Amino acid sequence: MKHLALAAGLIAATQAVADTPVLTIYTYDSFISDWGPGPAVKAAFEETCDCEVKFVGAGDGAALLSRLKLEGARSEADIVLGLDTNLTALAVESGLIAEHGQSVTVDVPNPFGEAGAWDDPHFLPYDWGYFAFVKNVDLDAPSNFKDLAESDLKIVIQDPRSSTPGLGLLMWVKTAYGDEAPEIWEGLSDNIVTVTKGWSEAYGMFLEGEADMVLSYTTSPAYHIIAEEDDSKDVAVFDEGHYMQIEVAGKLAATDQSELADKFLAFMVTDAFQSIIPTTNWMYPAVTPAEGLPKGFEALVSPEKALLIPAGEVVAKREEALAEWLSALSQ
Amino acid sequence: MAVGPVAIRRWPGIIAATVVVALILGTLLAVGLRAEAGAGLGPADFAAIRFTVWQAFLSATLSCLIAVPVARALSRRRFAGRGLLILLLGAPFILPVIVAVMGLITVFGRNGLLNGLLGALGLPEVSIYGLHGVVLAHVFFNLPLATRLILQGWAAIPAERFRLAAQLGFGSRDTFRVLELPMLGRVLPAAWAVIFAICLSSFAVALTLGGGPRATTVELAIYQAFRFDFDLGKAALLSIVQIAMAGSAALVALKLSRLDGFGGGLDRGIRRWDGHGRGLRLADSLFIALAATFLILPLGMVVLRGIGGMADLPASVWAAAVNSIWVALVSTVLMLCFALPMAVAASGKRTVVEAVGLLGIAASPLVIGTGLFIIVNPVADPFALALPVTALVNAVMALPFALRVMIPETRDVVQDYGRLSLSLNMNGWTWLRLVLLPRIRAPLGFAAGLAAALSMGDLGVIALFADPETATLPLQMYRLMGAYRMQSAAGAALLLLALSLGLFWLFDKGGRGRAEA
Repeated sequence: MKHLALAAGLIAATQAVADTPVLTIYTYDSFISDWGPGPAVKAAFEETCDCEVKFVGAGDGAALLSRLKLEGARSEADIVLGLDTNLTALAVESGLIAEHGQSVTVDVPNPFGEAGAWDDPHFLPYDWGYFAFVKNVDLDAPSNFKDLAESDLKIVIQDPRSSTPGLGLLMWVKTAYGDEAPEIWEGLSDNIVTVTKGWSEAYGMFLEGEADMVLSYTTSPAYHIIAEEDDSKDVAVFDEGHYMQIEVAGKLAATDQSELADKFLAFMVTDAFQSIIPTTNWMYPAVTPAEGLPKGFEALVSPEKALLIPAGEVVAKREEALAEWLSALSQ
Repeated sequence: MAVGPVAIRRWPGIIAATVVVALILGTLLAVGLRAEAGAGLGPADFAAIRFTVWQAFLSATLSCLIAVPVARALSRRRFAGRGLLILLLGAPFILPVIVAVMGLITVFGRNGLLNGLLGALGLPEVSIYGLHGVVLAHVFFNLPLATRLILQGWAAIPAERFRLAAQLGFGSRDTFRVLELPMLGRVLPAAWAVIFAICLSSFAVALTLGGGPRATTVELAIYQAFRFDFDLGKAALLSIVQIAMAGSAALVALKLSRLDGFGGGLDRGIRRWDGHGRGLRLADSLFIALAATFLILPLGMVVLRGIGGMADLPASVWAAAVNSIWVALVSTVLMLCFALPMAVAASGKRTVVEAVGLLGIAASPLVIGTGLFIIVNPVADPFALALPVTALVNAVMALPFALRVMIPETRDVVQDYGRLSLSLNMNGWTWLRLVLLPRIRAPLGFAAGLAAALSMGDLGVIALFADPETATLPLQMYRLMGAYRMQSAAGAALLLLALSLGLFWLFDKGGRGRAEA
């Protein structure tokens, strides 16, 4: 181990000698994969910044936050990219995130105020989507959770304790039904085939025909339409509204590349970054690029009502919602 | 029973065991020390502990019970394809969890082969989801391991004993009572303990096939403590519970197992004269056929699903495969550096050395990974060390299997040849080279094969240390799935299966040489 440590130290040292500044971005693993936005984003920003972008992957959004807390102020990270609004309050509370000091106009639905306004002083959004149940086009879909609970349809969902979409569903039901949420979960319990650790398992099971619907995003069918030329998938539109996921990035308070980090956050909401998002992350860009959305996205449904819990209320709500979920489904 | 003066040294093994303990407890301590005051264990955690122990108990017991007739049938029958079948028996065990679960679902799921067949016959649908599904999956994973371990016990009975039994006119029942039952008494408890320990740290399998939060295991509770509550103290506490459960099961099981062997033989190929009756033949064939179908059908589905995706695998998958092979080979060498001295040290009555080995599988990978991260982070860049760290952790995880495979025969060698070696003044390297290694060649090869294949298939701690360049094959497969590319992921899974089995075959074959297993 000693030699390895030494070798690693030497590598780090040679990097420090080279004078190109390095911007270290912590993100979730699927962002940096060859099929995610990472490689294109790195290339696009490096063209303009005279710097090197170093992506570091850490599981998913929640694992990312745990990693930041684990490293604390010692963290190498300059930017954290990939938290969602369910996690931002916890991140801010940890004191690790600096204010971005930028004002932007975004194309993200805003259930709390003026359209296009973005008033989180710590985080800027880069993409967003609605949670939804993905199904085959020919399935007669229920139009809300109550219908679903009364139907014989089978669904696969993710565990809110280990998965971001799973937590999203928990918040969706809680926001839509409040104190009625436990009854909804009890009603759904015989529709739920099983609960998986993460999104991939659930989506894979759905594609194998294990369930009629799977919890995913309204943008999921876009993948099948664009990458596979397959228009057999769409989503069930629920009339109580759809819970949103807004993915954001922020600057670490302890960064040693403060200026570069600011530059990256500003770059993030420009077309060069935003046009990469739709067909790599399969989400809506936070700011619609000038050339519009790629062909195929127009086929997606747009829910009439966007649901979201204000970031500050998430922590209290999720404890309560998790307890209700556990007790309804453990019987 | 008493181990006399033997020409071996125990200290290298004791040092190796100390390193393993230091790694497991050190990482645990690192996590615990980093914790702020958190919540203690609540009722939900105790429910998780109860469920975890119960499903692990059922899974281990059932795997071992079914493995006995299967191993017995395999040990006394010779048929075309037997070698291949024994090789394939290794496959479920080394598959990445997610691949195996998908394979099982394509056979036993709502839309699977079994329900298709039942539907065609007009019978009601069966559901795989529930406690029985968890146990089914764990038996799928571990029946092969149990079978191989027990089969090895059969192979350790010297051919001369069977010959003598035949001369004395022993039938199948007498052979069982006099030769096989004592062997099972020696092999079964420890095999049970290993499988119990693996099932204790199950998470994704238990949750997915358990059908929901009823099937919450301790490992899931650790996960929740980490990423939902960021309560490191609780994560460390739960990890201690998990280690204590595996450790006490191991100690009890190893105390129960008989340590004396059958004595030395002339290493002849084994021939069996019992079991000629038609009923016995039929029963044996039935057991082999059922076990083979149960194990091979889901694997066949993995292969079928993968073939389509194999054609256009992205280059990065191949690069990841090369990384994985390196990690697997390094991990195998590291494992042998631990296992060989530990097996020698455990050849006396010191079952505690083997119990230490078992801790590796019971420790939560999440806790070990995070602990290593906390330890490494101040002195070096953890990401530069991603692959070596993964190899080290994989080696420790494979250690319990390797020890279980190697200890019985090492013990026999020490007990049967120890005095002779001493009288010839043979010790150290010479003893290792001339006496021990040639005699434990088969278990050594099998253990190395298991370690290499396990390391190939395990997602391991790399997921905690990943950067875009250093991915292993399982990680790359998960990334493909995360990017909707399920077909390419199925192709990568097939590649992984082929590479794991290939490595396993190379080592296992190399160990067996000319001899029959």
